[in-house]
Amino acid sequence: MLSGRSNDQSDATTQKLSSGQRIVNNFCITVATVNGSGSQTSNLTIMRALLKMGIPVSGKNIFPSNIQGQPTWFTIRVSAEGYTARCEDTDILVAMNPNSFTRDVANLNSGGVLFYADHIKTPINREDIITYPMPVQRISREDAATPGLRDYVANMVYVGVVAQIIGIELVKIHQALEFHFKGKPKPIEMNFAAVEKSARWASENLHKLDPYWVEPIQSNNNCIMMDGNTAAALGALYGGVQFAAWYPITPATTLAETLMEYRPILRNDPETGKNTLVIIQAEDELAAVGMVVGAGWGGLRAMTSTSGPGLSLMAEYIGLAYYSETPIVIWDVQRVGPATGLPTRTAQGDLTFVNFISHGDTQHVILLPGNITECFEYGWKAFDLAEQLQTPILVLSDLDLGMNLWMTDPLKYPDIPMDRGKVLWEGDLERLNGEWGRYHDVDGDGIPYRTLPGNRHTRSAYFARGTGHDENAHYTEDPEVWERVLNRLRKKYETARKLVPVPVINTMEGAKIGLIGYGSTDPAIYEARSRLEKNGIKTDYMRIKAIPFNYQVKEFIACHDRVYVIELNRDGQMHQLLTLEAKEKAINMISLSHIDGLPLTAEWVVEGILSHEEKAE
Amino acid sequence: MKENTIDKMPVNLVGLAKTDYKGAPSTLCQGCGHNSISSQIIAACYELNIIPENLLKFSGIGCSSKSPTYFLNRSFGFNGLHGRMPSLAAGGIFADRTLKAVGISGDGDTASIGMGQFKHAVRRNTPMVYIVENNGVYGLTKGQFSATADLGLSLKKQGKNPYMPIDIAWEAIVSNATFVARSFAGDPKQVKELIKAGLSHHGIAVLDIISPCVTFNNQDQATHSYAWGKEHEVALHDLAYVPPSEEIFVDYEEGEAKEVTMHDGSMVILKKLERDYDPTNRSEALRVLEEANAKQWLLTGLIYINEGQPTLVDLYDLTDTPLNRLPESRLRPSRESLEKLNSMF
Repeated sequence: MLSGRSNDQSDATTQKLSSGQRIVNNFCITVATVNGSGSQTSNLTIMRALLKMGIPVSGKNIFPSNIQGQPTWFTIRVSAEGYTARCEDTDILVAMNPNSFTRDVANLNSGGVLFYADHIKTPINREDIITYPMPVQRISREDAATPGLRDYVANMVYVGVVAQIIGIELVKIHQALEFHFKGKPKPIEMNFAAVEKSARWASENLHKLDPYWVEPIQSNNNCIMMDGNTAAALGALYGGVQFAAWYPITPATTLAETLMEYRPILRNDPETGKNTLVIIQAEDELAAVGMVVGAGWGGLRAMTSTSGPGLSLMAEYIGLAYYSETPIVIWDVQRVGPATGLPTRTAQGDLTFVNFISHGDTQHVILLPGNITECFEYGWKAFDLAEQLQTPILVLSDLDLGMNLWMTDPLKYPDIPMDRGKVLWEGDLERLNGEWGRYHDVDGDGIPYRTLPGNRHTRSAYFARGTGHDENAHYTEDPEVWERVLNRLRKKYETARKLVPVPVINTMEGAKIGLIGYGSTDPAIYEARSRLEKNGIKTDYMRIKAIPFNYQVKEFIACHDRVYVIELNRDGQMHQLLTLEAKEKAINMISLSHIDGLPLTAEWVVEGILSHEEKAE
Repeated sequence: MKENTIDKMPVNLVGLAKTDYKGAPSTLCQGCGHNSISSQIIAACYELNIIPENLLKFSGIGCSSKSPTYFLNRSFGFNGLHGRMPSLAAGGIFADRTLKAVGISGDGDTASIGMGQFKHAVRRNTPMVYIVENNGVYGLTKGQFSATADLGLSLKKQGKNPYMPIDIAWEAIVSNATFVARSFAGDPKQVKELIKAGLSHHGIAVLDIISPCVTFNNQDQATHSYAWGKEHEVALHDLAYVPPSEEIFVDYEEGEAKEVTMHDGSMVILKKLERDYDPTNRSEALRVLEEANAKQWLLTGLIYINEGQPTLVDLYDLTDTPLNRLPESRLRPSRESLEKLNSMF
């Protein structure tokens, strides 16, 4: 162990390390704190300051399902190459939590750096790391205006010390604080004073012994930082959402809360200043989705957002929406299940459930956003699809995408006008002499026409129901009619194939192996591909963006010797669905699935593929 | 309307005949109390000059919930899920807030599987008439106890009911309902007057209508039977509903009647019988219900009313244009607003 404390070290060690290599803009920081201590502000400040220096950065909050007192970790990855997947290694550890200290220190890479609060007296039994003690309690006692603010100031101490040692510009920290506190001078200056003081202390009392540095990168990138739930909510607001009902559940809560936050800013009627969006916190998810079905039937752009347990409750109404052909949008920000599972960890485990959700014969249209841009895009596009297809649209995000902050291009304004689908108003019915039926397949695409409550034409009304109905929405138990209606719904599903987003395909010259992924695993697969290439394995990569699968999906599977289906669940759920889709090629598909609640790493993907490839050779 | 003039059928103030309010023929059992309630909904809407297109129908699942197809064919309707009608209605009413809504539920649908949604619909003052066609039994599944079944009631396959019944009117009042009434399907005039008052109420109007099941629960001693109801019915008051467009004229002596002014300016006039009853007094409402249960009375009439409370829809300050008629230009924020947002992240 080499201590960076000035009075601790010999000249010999200083010389030995100062001649060492510099590792610039390529390392991982783990900050270990106690949850509820306000460390999130500090971690986001570091991340944002790095982004403002032009350095690609990503952050993962590994937090407990608890309000206060449990260990929590925040990992920040700095990658000049732009890799944003979770990194299992820790090069720099900021240890603020005495209770997890021993474990945290044990997990630090050899040659890694330990910044620790100097009131932690646990012995450090590592000879292969560099340590920097930080006088956290002293500075926070001196600087906190009130004892209640000590924890916050304490967390700013590590911001200042780390910034000083690895070279984060303090002016960027100030900008990050300005952003975080929305320009409020008091908290900005209080926190910045603690950062400055800690940085000064570090410059006077610590010698840099480690090789890690950040340096600004000049680029034209005007990236912003956003989490997927915020992007989804903003997308919905730009998609004209008119009705949202929800029930609090981690990790979906912030999606609905973002709708509430921005509703007054974005959704007062430009003509009258009055409200155009109803948001209701329902008594449970059964009621939330019930309200959404009522509103969707009424012609409103209606949505709910939930996670696995809530989705289980919604199964009943989703079946009714499917069979009554009611447009609704449901965001499932996935967490780990079954049961309550791991509420604060990430997974892609709801895919097959969502695909078939409800009793009886159902198949649903699913959107699979893979990044923040797509969270925003599907935020509005899901309504177009729901109203075009008159069916539930289920959007599968996950905790990693939804709650972690990602570096992203600025949000892009919707590039097409709204599509409100096949709706007949009074004028349309007059032209038709009132001759219409709710469930007739007039256009041959399986999608019928609908009327909306409030239509005053005397022939406009129909009675929607979940019981057997004919083309005129009349009750029937006629076997032929039942089958005909259900087969038309399947035809509509075929139409959906042509309307949903097509997959993204990235190829390499001469690749014989295909990789298939979806959702938040994209960064890990992206990084794994370049590592595999260095190992001599070229890969093509298809990221699926929607179900039902477009024809490109089958083609991709058909034109590769082996296809790895990579996902974050135990059973290989996408692999299962693709096996149903491309039965004749099922033998060529290999499931590479894994679930431990953490975002996928490139290492895991590389190892999984290499071990299979060795067997295949 | 042309056929009507040819037939010389009487029409109401909006030029509609009774037949304009009809529904499909009922498929419920002969003599079912629910059919009588459907007829009174038709009569009430006709007399209140409600254009059928201006009313929405909702229901859950069960015999009662089938009945919205037996009235007002020209109204939009949605027959939803068992116990989940309140949420469906809460969403539906926002489509066009100029519309009125009627929800039909049963005792199983409301007091068993749907108790949670019922109480939350009440708590939110969801603007609708919420009718519970209460017979104390599951009909469609052929005769099981519901949560309103009497303690000790015997049913053919079920034996004796060991549990205390749930009182829907009581539950509504403790959940802060703004209009609670009880009636008996065998008293069509009172049913109609209460439906009319409920349709004029600004907020949720809960009508617990004892509607005997002629097939599965019509034993003379059961509180949900015709015989029992006829014998034990105690009306709180004679009831006359006066729409705002009619001249108010009621046959009563000064001091003997209580007028309750509804949101739209219409009135319910309660003619007192032997008791001095004030339906605007919540604790008194709970007291008379308690007393009626103890004395085995079927207490009918307007039990509680609290006018002037904001409804669920009032809370949102919505555009005058119905939400479902707003064009894209009023729903999608501007391009500039997104540029501004981007600069904030």
